[in-house]
This record gives sequence, structure tokens and C-alpha cells, in this order.
Amino acid sequence: MFVCRAIVALLLAASVLTGAAHAEPADLDALVQDLGAGGFAQKQKAIDGLAATGDPAAVRSLEAMLDGKLYRRLSDGRVAIGAPSGQVIRLSDPLTGADLGDAAPADVDRVTINNRLRAGLRAALGGLTLLSPEPSVRRSAADAILKARPEGIEPLLRQALTRESDDSVRAAMEQALAAVQLSSAPEPEIRIAALRTLSQAANQDVRALVAGLLVQDANGVPAEPDADVRAAAETTLAAIERRLAMWGILGNLFHGLSLGSVLLLAAVGLAITFGVMGVINMAHGEMVMLGAYTTFIVQEWFRAHAPGAFDYSILVAVPMAFVVAGAVGIAIEQSVIRFLYGRPLETLLATWGISLILQQAVRSAFGPTNREVGAPSWMSGAIEVAGGLTLTYNRLWIIVFSLVVLALLMLLNRATDFGLTMRAVVQNRRMAASMGIRTGRIDALTFGLGSGIAGIAGVALSQIDNVSPNLGQAYIIDSFMVVVFGGVGNLWGTLVGAMSLGLINKFLEPVAGAVLGKILVLVGIILFIQKRPRGLFALKGRAVEA
Amino acid sequence: MHLRLPAAWVTVGLLLAAAIAVPLLNLAVPASSALHVPTWVVSLVGKYLCYAMLALSIDLIWGYCGILSLGHGAFFALGGYAMGMHLMRQIGSRGVYGHPDLPDFMVFLNWKELPWYWHGFDNFTFALAMVAIVPGLLAFVFGWFAFRSRVTGVYLSIISQALTFALMLAFFRNDMGFGGNNGLTDFKDILGYGLQDDSTRAALFAVSALALAAVYGLCRWIVGSRLGQVLVAIRDAESRVRFLGYRVEFYKLFVFVVSAGIAGIAGALYVPQVGIINPSEFAPAASIEAVIWVAVGGRGTLHGAILGAILVNYAKTFLTGSLPEIWLFALGALFVAVTLFMPRGIVGSLSRGADRRPSPSATVEAPASTADPAAP
Amino acid sequence: MRDRLTKAVAACMIVLGLTAATAPSQAAETIKVGVLHSLSGTMAISETTLKDVMLMLIEDQNAKGGVLGKKLEPVVVDPASNWPLFAEKARELMQKDKVAAVFGCWTSVSRKSVLPVFEELNGLLFYPVQYEGEESSKNVFYTGAAPNQQAIPAVDYLMSADGGAATRWVLLGTDYVYPRTTNKILRAYLHAKGVADADIMENYTPFGHSDWQTIVAEVKKFASAGKKTAVVSTINGDANVPFYKELGNQGIKADEIPVVAFSVGEEELAGLDTAPLVGHLAAWNYFMSVETPENTAFIKKWRAFIKNAKRVTNDPMEAHFIGFNMWVQAVEQAGTTDVDAVRQAMYGQKVKNLTGGTAVMNTNHHLSKPVLIGEIQPNGQFDIVWRTKDVVPGDAWSDFIPESKKLTADWTFPWVCGNCESPRFGKAVPAGL
Repeated sequence: MFVCRAIVALLLAASVLTGAAHAEPADLDALVQDLGAGGFAQKQKAIDGLAATGDPAAVRSLEAMLDGKLYRRLSDGRVAIGAPSGQVIRLSDPLTGADLGDAAPADVDRVTINNRLRAGLRAALGGLTLLSPEPSVRRSAADAILKARPEGIEPLLRQALTRESDDSVRAAMEQALAAVQLSSAPEPEIRIAALRTLSQAANQDVRALVAGLLVQDANGVPAEPDADVRAAAETTLAAIERRLAMWGILGNLFHGLSLGSVLLLAAVGLAITFGVMGVINMAHGEMVMLGAYTTFIVQEWFRAHAPGAFDYSILVAVPMAFVVAGAVGIAIEQSVIRFLYGRPLETLLATWGISLILQQAVRSAFGPTNREVGAPSWMSGAIEVAGGLTLTYNRLWIIVFSLVVLALLMLLNRATDFGLTMRAVVQNRRMAASMGIRTGRIDALTFGLGSGIAGIAGVALSQIDNVSPNLGQAYIIDSFMVVVFGGVGNLWGTLVGAMSLGLINKFLEPVAGAVLGKILVLVGIILFIQKRPRGLFALKGRAVEA
Repeated sequence: MHLRLPAAWVTVGLLLAAAIAVPLLNLAVPASSALHVPTWVVSLVGKYLCYAMLALSIDLIWGYCGILSLGHGAFFALGGYAMGMHLMRQIGSRGVYGHPDLPDFMVFLNWKELPWYWHGFDNFTFALAMVAIVPGLLAFVFGWFAFRSRVTGVYLSIISQALTFALMLAFFRNDMGFGGNNGLTDFKDILGYGLQDDSTRAALFAVSALALAAVYGLCRWIVGSRLGQVLVAIRDAESRVRFLGYRVEFYKLFVFVVSAGIAGIAGALYVPQVGIINPSEFAPAASIEAVIWVAVGGRGTLHGAILGAILVNYAKTFLTGSLPEIWLFALGALFVAVTLFMPRGIVGSLSRGADRRPSPSATVEAPASTADPAAP
Repeated sequence: MRDRLTKAVAACMIVLGLTAATAPSQAAETIKVGVLHSLSGTMAISETTLKDVMLMLIEDQNAKGGVLGKKLEPVVVDPASNWPLFAEKARELMQKDKVAAVFGCWTSVSRKSVLPVFEELNGLLFYPVQYEGEESSKNVFYTGAAPNQQAIPAVDYLMSADGGAATRWVLLGTDYVYPRTTNKILRAYLHAKGVADADIMENYTPFGHSDWQTIVAEVKKFASAGKKTAVVSTINGDANVPFYKELGNQGIKADEIPVVAFSVGEEELAGLDTAPLVGHLAAWNYFMSVETPENTAFIKKWRAFIKNAKRVTNDPMEAHFIGFNMWVQAVEQAGTTDVDAVRQAMYGQKVKNLTGGTAVMNTNHHLSKPVLIGEIQPNGQFDIVWRTKDVVPGDAWSDFIPESKKLTADWTFPWVCGNCESPRFGKAVPAGL
């Protein structure tokens, strides 16, 4: 289906290129009206009909249909493009763009589509784009041709190649051309040459295409009759698979670093409250959760008051989450934890109680269901690198973000007065007190800092996980593992611990599966702690034995 | 038996009285009578008694040897699984698919024969032995590594948490052959007696109460012996005990294995009364909760652990029924209040002054970096 | 010291005694209805809504004059997502509170946990969630979908030209009994349709799985073999949001690799930006977007009750709506809340579906309901792209699993059995038995 629609679309593009006559506006309008009529089969027919007219004027209506913005007015059955504004939907003519007035939502029906129509619409629109002025659009058109390899596309592709100025798009088009030739050219020499071009590819689709040549049917007859071509195919396949394997490793590396950065964010706050202060803070996860809910509130505010600036809501949410979680942390420290210093195991019990209270408080305030935290446009989507490797923007940003947070924290620790006094209090409280440091105040601020950082982690985690009262529970055990594995009281240890756990996990996952991989990592940590009871980066000196 | 406190006699006496009275009041007294104990109370209190036994096992190592295990639920669950496997084998061909040999979930997963580790569990004695041996063995291996390399304090707590978490993930897997997330359920009878009969429930209750009394006696005996004094010494100053020439790791290992065995027995008694065992018993939260029972009741006092387990669980039963929307606030506040205002738990606070031993909570097991000489 | 201790222990015993004392035998002016849904813990996210629906339905019924001239009184408890606690609470509801029926449970394991209790005490449970089948208890009415009311029609649709004519399948699920069963049934069904094992990928992840990078990348790889590929997702609850976020970000479009889910409804989508997911599918017996007078009234009532004009409705809510109304009708018909009488009256009971047509309770304790397939829209709702012409009767024992194919569930004469190969009574009993 896809293939023939693509052909129709491409042929019509060719006809546009050669200046074929446009259809009469009246016919076009009738076809557009058909888009809103009847079942999916009729709509498909209308789409094909519109594509066959080859009139660029049809593009607007097709795009609107794909985006779900095409409506049918119930009073007269007229199809129009609708833009919801407030309580009404503003209608405009799909061809001329003329204003057709406002309609109440009850007075119009949205024109529904299904996946088949969606594919048809994309093909109809996509065919026109091989000659688009945008290089990225041309490139995806070339990729689409490589996947679908419609018959009769070769002349158009050659024509597009002659006009192409962008090198990367040209390479993509050449590969598409080679793929088309490989599947349709009768001459073995051309097919071998095509294989040579394709051996530069690192692409699952090409791999499948080339591997297809070597498949034997039930009688042992290979799909490719020519022995030379088969030999060339084997070399090409080997080259592609080598390259794919390399990209696969890079992919695991990225996934591992990304998981590591999530672990790092979740654990770095705990590295302060637990690692530095010695509080077994079971409410740490709830600080993360508070950060995520702060993001939700900030976004709600933006949605209501400044929808245009929504993309920046995350940037506002970061300091807000720090303040909210930090304030709650200070409140907890002042009301409970300061009475428990020196009794770390009792902080465990008290903070467990606090975590129950916080969870239920959030559940009462926001309801038990997930809350929607939107992604800003600069965090949506992905870079398609090659070889099936996709680097998603949200994960890239989270990696960057986690490293920035860690760097700032280290800076604070090393280069500020607060960091100095904090370290002094941790190393020798009585001496610090004698020097005039108000240790109680420093304790509260340090706990607030750790909690605030957990809140910031919540902002990042809201981008990849549920925002629900259970959010924190999911990360608490992993966080403790990271801190203990890396070595208590050492931020470098937390970084190395988080990243290595992320990487080990992700390299094990394809081999052992997600669950077994995780179990192996946990057992590994247990054994590792036997070898190095104080973690990767153990503190040395008098501080070790309390 | 060396019983130092009259409280011990009170505890044992109450348990024995309960073992006789509750089944009698359930079975012999007509339902119309005010003295009648309904069956649901019998199985509910029976469940509390199993939890109390788990609390005892934690108190034995935490209160008397300073080992805080956040993974004791794992031993409890393993004992439960051993008993559950026996009960599954007792179903025989009465499962929904009527297979003569395999439990329903194995038939369903297309397994053709019983995995090797299920063999033997149709024998009650073998299963009973496994109830204590499997947790004990795991505790031995875990403790052997941990205590020899001197993993202590918070580190031990956290790796024990990792242990139970890893086991939970493993038992969740259907491929493990333990029924996955649903666990083992749909039990029919034990030793030929229907599990749903009132008399079986009453008998299980009596067995739980007697077992708890016996385990309590055992713990008393351990902590009262010379060995128990070494344990307390280890709790209070581990390095000093080591310098005196004691092989600290052996003492710790012994008490840890005993404690795991007790937890396993508790789990085994729990399963037939509750009717299901599944991986959520391995959840780290369940283990933390068990530690909290001990803290609430009074760490380092064995009857305190029993009291704490019963009280907290009763509070949970009561609150989830009467304040379903806000009971977590109450429970959370209880935990915070107990740690702040009753650092030695209910029993510890009540017996203040009478007992001049240093409070267990004053013996610090600080993590590496809390070098805090000013701490109380 | 001794005094204090004895006092403490005595206090504890008194408190325990209270449990017995707080079991008052209230005068029978009201009919009690148990609501057994988790309000805390991991399942609260899904189950709290169902508790609210029950409260709404009961309030509504009381406004209409109650049942048998008596008011209904909801008894809400919180089993806290803790499976043994479910069994404990079920026992408490039936023995202490003496409820006439219980509406509750979500996960399979919670149902398995309470099942022996309901059978022992001859109670009545209405279970509102789509589930794996392979069960028919005389004490449970299953108002959610059985696999043949959800999974099979969804796969049929994806195989059709409209659904994209998929020939290669990825079965993704959370590792527990519902996905395992559904996928077992689907694999057998796909085999019957001529799909080879090489064209089926099956993958299980733990509950709450949040890192989907590797698996989504594997799905993409599996899908690039030149055949049209579709994903059937039985991923549970919490794990769905990160899964769909990863799907959207890795750019898997619905017209390339459609994902059909059986556990994702309006409630789950409410926590998600659905723009990148447009076109992915879900199969249910109910969608909020269906426009019928009954549904519009239900949504209006729900929003007024919950005091939130944006709250959504979903399939398990409709299941409770149907189950509750059937129970009310059955009680009125039987003239008593006696479980045995009500059970008999339940068979053949009819209630209008919110999506049109009429739901009927069958003698295997499963409902006949329509099956709908919807595509996710940017507003978090579903566009209906396909629906069955008529209602589909729920099948307790799947025809695609050899062991269960031979079993029949029918609680009326002559079968009177939930899993039998032949009727227990009447002439059909083979000689020699």
C-alpha cells in the first residue's frame, strides 16, 4: 500500500516538476469535501484523488488532516480547517484559507483518521518533498525511498541528485538510488556497483535488504541468481554488520551513561545527607518527588499564564524545586533529625516515618494518579546518528545536567566559605564549634542542600518517569547502592559509582535481560563491598573509625 | 533456662495462656456468646504472632549484637516459600488443570517436569527442615563473607537490603519456578487437615503461640549465656572484644544464622495462616517495617520486640479499616514520635531507671564520616 | 518495674480485645457494601479512582431510594497494595462488617489472595479489571475483559488492512501472570494464523521498569526486517509512562510500528504528553470518547462527584458501573442480599453499556460486552477506529491453550462447575463415575 501511494505521490511530484496542468479548483474542492465523508475507505480514496491532481494547493488540507485539525460542520457538511481558540473553533477554508466563522465544539465533527490513512497522508505529502528547499526534509524523503524502494522512482531520484548541493543529503540519495538499483536493476554489474555503494551504510534496512539476497528458499535456491553478486553481497553484509556492531556498542555506551546520569542525579543529594552527614535518609526519595511535583506546579502556572514561554518552564522549575525541597529538608532537620545526630540507625526509622507522611500528603493534595509534566520542545525528539542509534534529547540533556549539578556542588564544597565550614563541621564538630562556627546552623543548611539537590533531580526525573506519589520509592534503593558502592562521603565516588553501575547494567541487559542484569549488578555490589568494605573511594584517616 | 526478668515469665505465661484460651474460645464457645473469639480474629492474631517471631529474630541480632539487618524479610520469605512449596505439593491433582504432579503455574508455563529444587518438598519433615536450613544457609554464606571482611554498621544494613531486593527481583521472575508475582497460593490442606477449617486455624494459632514462646525461651537463653554477654560486648565495642582475643566474626555468624532460622520458622507458620506467599514479602520496605516494630517495642528487650510487632500491626489493621484515607499519616507520625520521644521503645521507656544498662541507642554505629566526638 | 510491664502487656491485650469489641452487630437498617481497593502503596494510582466510583454509584443509588427500601452503606478499607493484607481485609469485611457484596481488587495477585477467603465464607466479589482468564469462581463476578474480549480482537485489527496488515509481532509485557497468559494465547493464535516463531519477539520486564532505552532500540531493530511490525503491549501501570516517553523520543511513529496496549486507558494517558503518541492504539470495552447519552450522563455525574471538570473516566470504572447495577437489579429481583439467591439472580442480568448495546452476565460469571479499538489523540483521548458489531461473551477458559480448551465454566445445572470437562450432574456423567 505504502509503496504504491508513494509512487503516485512521487509521480505527481514529477508532473509538477515538469509543469503539468493543475486540476480545476472545483474538482479539488469536491475531493477535499470527500476527505470528511464516510468511512476510512472513502477517505483513502479522496486522499489518493487529491494526490493524483498534483496540485500543491491540496497540501494544506492533507497536512491539517494529518494533524487532526480537519473538521466537518454538521449544519451543512462542509469540511474546514479548525483552530480551537477558547470555547469555540475558528474555521477556515482548506483551499483558500478564507474565514468560515466560528463554531461551537458540538456543532462540528473532527475528521478522524487511522494509521493506514496516516501512512497514506505521509506518503502523499512526503513524495512532494524530495525537491523541498529544506535539506533535512529532502534527506528524510531519501531515507523514505530507501525503505520503500518504489518502482519507477529512479528518474526522479537521478534528477534530484543532479540538483543536490548538500553533501550529506547527496550521500543519502546515492544510497537510496543504490538500494533501488539493487532491487530492480537487471544487470549484475550495476547490482554489484550498488552493493559497493551500500557497503558504506550502517543501517538496519540496508542490512535486511542485502541479507535478503542471500536467503535460500526451500529448495536451496538463493534469492540472488548471480554468484558474483552473491559474493559481493557477502562482503557488503560483513562490512555493514561490523559497522552496526560498532554502533551497537556505542548505543550501549550511551544508554549506560544515560542510566548512570539518572542514578547520579538521584544519588548525589543522598551523597550529602547520608554520605556527608551520616543521616540514613529514607525520605530522600520523597525530596525527589517534591521536586517533580514542583515542576508540575510551575508548568501549570506557565500553561495558565504564559503558554508562550512554556519551553522555559523547566528552567524556572529548577531553582523552585531546589527551594521547595531544600526548605522541607531544613524543616525536617530542625524538627526531627537534629535530635538524632550520632544515632544514624534511628534516623532511618524517623525518616521512614517522614517519608510515609510526605507520600500521603502529596497523595491527598494532588491525588494518587500521575500528573502530566510536559517536555519543552528542546528536550523532545532525538538525533538519529546512524546504525539505528538514536540519541534522545531528553537523555542527552539529563547527562549534561547531572554533570553540571555535580560540578557546582564540588565547587560549592571546595571554593566557598559555606563548603569550608561544612567540611570543618563534618570532620571535627567540637573543634569547629570552638572556632565559632554555629554547627547547628551548618547542619540544617547542609541537610537543606542535600534535599534541595534531590529536588533538582526530581525536575530531571519528571522528564522520563511518572510523576506520582510513588516516584521516590523507585529510586531510593538504587541511590543507596550508588553511594555505598562509590564510597560514603566522596562525591567523585558517587560519580564513578553511578556511571559504572549504569554502564554495567546496560551492557548486561542485552545479554542477560533487564531483570537478571539488575540482579547480577546487586550481587556484584554485595561481593564488592566484601572486598572493599568502604566502597570504591574510601575515606582514609581518623575520620573512618568513629 | 536462665530468666533474668519476671517480664520473661509474664511473656511466656501470656503466650501459653493464649495458645490454650484463644482456640478454646473460638471452638468451644458458641458464636452468640460475648466470649466467643471469631475465626478472623484467630487468624489475624496468629499472623501477628508470626510477625512477633520475626521481630524477635531481628531483636536478637540488632538489640544484642548490634547487627542491623534490613533484609530479614528475605529469611522470613524463604521459610515461607519452603512451607508454601510443601503445601503446593499437597494439592496434588486438585489444581485447576488437574495435572497429577505439577502445580498449576508450571503446567501453564509449559513445564514438563518438576524442577530439581522442588523434589522432596512433598515430605513434611523435609520441608520443615528446609524451613530453617535454607534461610540459615543463606545467612551463613552472606554472614561468612560480610563478617570476615568486617562489613559493619550502615554498610551491612545496606548490603542486606541489596540482598533482599535482589531476591525479590529473582522471585518475581516466572522463569525461576516459584510462581512469579502471584507466588504460591490456593493451598488446600496441611497434614491432611483442611486449611479452611476452623479447627485447623485454631491449631495453627496454638502452634504459633507455642513456637513463639519456645523461640522466646531460646533467645532468652542465648542472651543470658556467656555467649550472650560476648554478643553484647561486641555490640558495645567490637574492636575491644577483638583485641581481647575473641573471634568476633564467629560469634556474629552464629547468632546471625540462628536469627535467620527463627525468621524462616516464622515465615513457615505465617504462610498457612495467610494462604499466600509471594515476592512482595522480600520487598525492602517489609524488612524496614519489621525493624520498626522492634524499635517501637524496645530494642534490646526481647518482650519489647513481641509487643512492638503486635502493637504496630494491630494499629495497621485498625487504621486501614477505620481511617483508610489518612492512616499513613498516623503510622508515620507514630514512627517519628517513638524515635524522638521514646528512643528506647515502649518497654525501654517504661522500665527506665530500673535498668541501668547503657541504652542500646547510645552505642553509636556511626558511618565512616560521622566522626563526631560530641555526639551523645 | 514489674508493675509497669504487666500494665503495658495488659494494655496491649485490652487493645487487642477492642478488635473483637469493635465488631458490633449493627441494626440491619442499611445494606453494607465492601470496597476493597488500595488507597496507598503502588496500586493506589489506579485503584483510588475505583473507590471513588463506588462511592458515587452508592450515593446515586441511595438518592434513588436505596435497595429493598434500605440505604446502602459503603465500607471502605485500605489493603495498601499488600497482598496478604487484601486477604485479611476481605475476611474482615465479610466476617466483621458482614457486607452483602465486595467490589474490589485490581492486580491478579490480589484476586488470587482473596479468592480462598471468598470461597470459604461464600462471599461475593465483583472484579472490574481486564485479566488473564483461566479462572471462574462461583464467588466472583468478572466484569472486566477476558483475553478473548481484548487481545484477540486487537490482533485481528492489526492484521487487517486498516490496522496496517502486520505480519511480525513484538509481545512486550510486565513479568506476571496476565501478560504471560495473554502472550501465550496470542502466540497460539498467531501460529494458527500462520505466523512463524521467528516473527514473534517476546520480552518481559519487571514491575515499574523505568529504563526502556535498550528494549525500544531492540524493537526498532526487530522491526527493520522488511516486514510490517506491530507491538502488543501488556506493560503494567507505572512502567507505561516511561515506556511511551521513550517511544515518543526515539521517534517510533504509529504508522510505522503501531503499539496496541491492553492496560493503558484515559487515566494513564492523563499523566502524559500524548502528542508524540498519536495513532498508537488501545483495546478496551469502553472509551470515554464514545458519545452516547448514557456515557455523557455518566461523565457529567462523575465530574460533579469528584469536583474536577477535567477528570477522565476509563474502562474499569464502567466495569464497576455495570457490575454494581447488575448486583442492585439482582438483589431487587431476589428480594434479599443472600449470596446464593443473588448469584442465581445475576445470571442473564442485563445492564445498558455506556458505549451502547447491552451487557449480559453469563453463567460462567463473565460479561458479554462490545470490544472497541481506539487511537490515542493529542488531547489524551481515544478515537474509535474499530468496534465489534455485537457484544462478545467473555470466555473463562481460552480455546488457544490446550490444557484449558477442554474446560468449561458454567455455574448452572447441569454443570455447576467453574472448571470441568463434563457436567457434574445430569445424564452427561460418564458411566463408572
